[in-house]
Amino acid sequence: MEGTTIWFILIAVLWTSYFFLEGFDFGVGALLPVIGKNDAERRVLINTIGPVWDGNEVWLLVAGGATFAAFPEWYATLFSGFYLPLLLILLALIVRGVAFEYRSKREDRRWRRRWDQAIFWGSVVPAFLWGVAFANIVRGVPIDADREYVGTFFDLLNPYALLGGLTTLVLFILHGALFLALKTTDEVRERANRIAGRLVLATIVVGGLFLVITQLQYGKPITWLTVAVAAAGLVLAAIANARGREGWAFAGTGLTIVCAVATLFIALFPNVMPSTIDAAYSLTTTNAASTPYTLQIMTVVAIIFTPLVLLYQGWTYWVFRKRISVAQIPDKIAETAR
Amino acid sequence: MDPLDIARWQFGITTVYHFIFVPLTIALSALVAGLQTAWVRTGKTVYLRATKFWGKLFLINFAMGVVTGIVQEFQFGMNWSEYSRFVGDIFGAPLAIEGLLAFFLESTFLGLWIFGWDRLPKKLHLATIWMVALGTTLSAYFILAANSWMQHPVGYRINEATGRAELTDFGAVLTNSTLLITFPHTITACFLTAGLFIAGISVWHLARRKHTDVFRPSLKLGLVVSLIAAVGVIITGDIQARVMTEQQPMKMAAAEALYETSQPAPFSLFTIGTLDGSEEVFSIKVPGVLSFLATGDFNGKVEGINNLQAAHEAKYGPGDYRPNIPVSYWSFRFMVGIGFLTALIATVGLWVTRRGRFPNSPWMWRIGMLAILLPFLANTFGWIFTEMGRQPWAVYGVLTTAASVSPGVSAGSVLTSLIALTVVYGVLMVIEIGLLVRYAKAGPPSEAEVLPSTDEDHSGSGRSLTFAY
Repeated sequence: MEGTTIWFILIAVLWTSYFFLEGFDFGVGALLPVIGKNDAERRVLINTIGPVWDGNEVWLLVAGGATFAAFPEWYATLFSGFYLPLLLILLALIVRGVAFEYRSKREDRRWRRRWDQAIFWGSVVPAFLWGVAFANIVRGVPIDADREYVGTFFDLLNPYALLGGLTTLVLFILHGALFLALKTTDEVRERANRIAGRLVLATIVVGGLFLVITQLQYGKPITWLTVAVAAAGLVLAAIANARGREGWAFAGTGLTIVCAVATLFIALFPNVMPSTIDAAYSLTTTNAASTPYTLQIMTVVAIIFTPLVLLYQGWTYWVFRKRISVAQIPDKIAETAR
Repeated sequence: MDPLDIARWQFGITTVYHFIFVPLTIALSALVAGLQTAWVRTGKTVYLRATKFWGKLFLINFAMGVVTGIVQEFQFGMNWSEYSRFVGDIFGAPLAIEGLLAFFLESTFLGLWIFGWDRLPKKLHLATIWMVALGTTLSAYFILAANSWMQHPVGYRINEATGRAELTDFGAVLTNSTLLITFPHTITACFLTAGLFIAGISVWHLARRKHTDVFRPSLKLGLVVSLIAAVGVIITGDIQARVMTEQQPMKMAAAEALYETSQPAPFSLFTIGTLDGSEEVFSIKVPGVLSFLATGDFNGKVEGINNLQAAHEAKYGPGDYRPNIPVSYWSFRFMVGIGFLTALIATVGLWVTRRGRFPNSPWMWRIGMLAILLPFLANTFGWIFTEMGRQPWAVYGVLTTAASVSPGVSAGSVLTSLIALTVVYGVLMVIEIGLLVRYAKAGPPSEAEVLPSTDEDHSGSGRSLTFAY
């Protein structure tokens, strides 16, 4: 296989991992005011992702860095073109990350309420905008002969892209609800289970519509398969959640995320950013790529270190595998360093 | 306004801001790991209490470093798309490797360290903070590899057909002579920052005779680290000056506001130039010292700005190849001056507190606290000097900054971004400092607080978490 194809697949894998992992912690953040009825419950929610959210977010940084290294033209056109949505994502991720760390550092109720809002918006905004961004990448955007994006911010807010944004938003919230059902106890767990039951229907409608349009407009024969498996994942999630099989339900939305991202990337290949002005201006895995030498070095590094990362991140999830209950939350954060 | 200027301001503001948190992250992770090691090896609770205290401040700082780092990685594509296209083949690799090797390591193991106090065996838990320290240091190496390539491009060629730089030797990029001296200079500066941070906060408590059991050893640790690091910063800085003179003579000339080539060249203590910075009006000079700094010989020849400008025009075509002289001159002086001052403060601090002495002069304590700020200033001036001194180049001798900016991004967009980031950064700074002061003043946990509770429920399910957000 050619280096450019390998790196196209690797970048798809990085984004898939990112959406799978940060998908549920976006969901947890979005559900913070819904499932967390009081401060102790909200702290339960935050602590289910406390040890892992930062590691999850690194997948984004590596996806960005790898795109820069393997497809500099893609990185340059995408990031300068989708300027304002990316800025919003950055601002959201900044306040959200600080919020997790600072929220419980003071007893003050107003302080905590503000940070809760930061966590909520910091989760909802990127969960929605990543869908908008990827739908636009697949749909194609106005790119000129100089490989510059020549559209406006509002061109990015077309109906198909907004549907894509809605899809990632509900899918990630559902993924987060199922994660919470799996990681909490008692009332929080029951509430998460009930909300997941309602969300899964919404996700099947919205996500189903988005994937079918994607398939009909931009799909290839093989993507019928990934679309079907993505749908099956949601059905599995619905059934398993109804029967209280939380592990299976979470695996179901996980499968949906993997197959939905796969659908988008397969539909895209061999383009990386199609141009709506002229197909000749489209960025492809070939014309946007780095030299074979750079790709080769990157491949060696990725082959050695990606499994290692998966191993120790997996171990983290094993260490923190237990459910968290309201009773376990220390009632007061001593301001001395505990 | 020109998008180029706004994009430069954004890069300057976000980078200086990011680097407020980075040095503490790098060096405090190692020093906290050292304190925890002392606890594991000696079993003395005072080290555990120190670990928890400094660890908490480390975490408050760490969060800011992480979130501001995301902007650093994305703004190359957003504001500097032409740069990204031109150098991506070379510059992207260290960035991606930094993420894969360093960011995963530090963020994953930090999660384990924060939440793992009662879940991991003692020694395994200790290993997690060492992994964090390893991650932060590796991160510094790879990002400095990327920056050093901009200062002194190696291991590449220009592909005439595509007009892009292409990597030919990755080993050369990772062993760039600029990198090999910039890395130790930066790391020692990080330890100087953390050392005086620890010393200054210890001084605050000691001046009030509070928690002396924890802050006496902390003060000593802080001062010893500061002194060693300050000496390291000075030695590496001296070598770096010679490397810089060889690789970027214009930057050295600008640092000295040396307009005419001189042999021997004097070191200027103070120079006032004309407003446009093209000529000097008044100056005080020490003969021969610049020659020594730049070449290692008191009689060495140092090229002047005017001669270099002519030489650059001959080589690269017509244009202005001079960086902003006053900025280069003063940032260099402040960086060096503050560096020496910190060495002096650490030495005096160690002397006045030797063998358990306790100075009574409130001025001693005040200086100790104010000294916290000095390394932050020196770090900032250092980066301003090294980046501004390279102008008009983004990649020295290869690509100008003006040719690097995103052509398709409007001034309005960049301005929106600059304002939004500056406002959010400003608010977060106020909050961060507020929290740091609050927790620094609160002091370390008591012995009873850090020891495991006796009514421990070994089933593990009902037990309250040792740490929770």
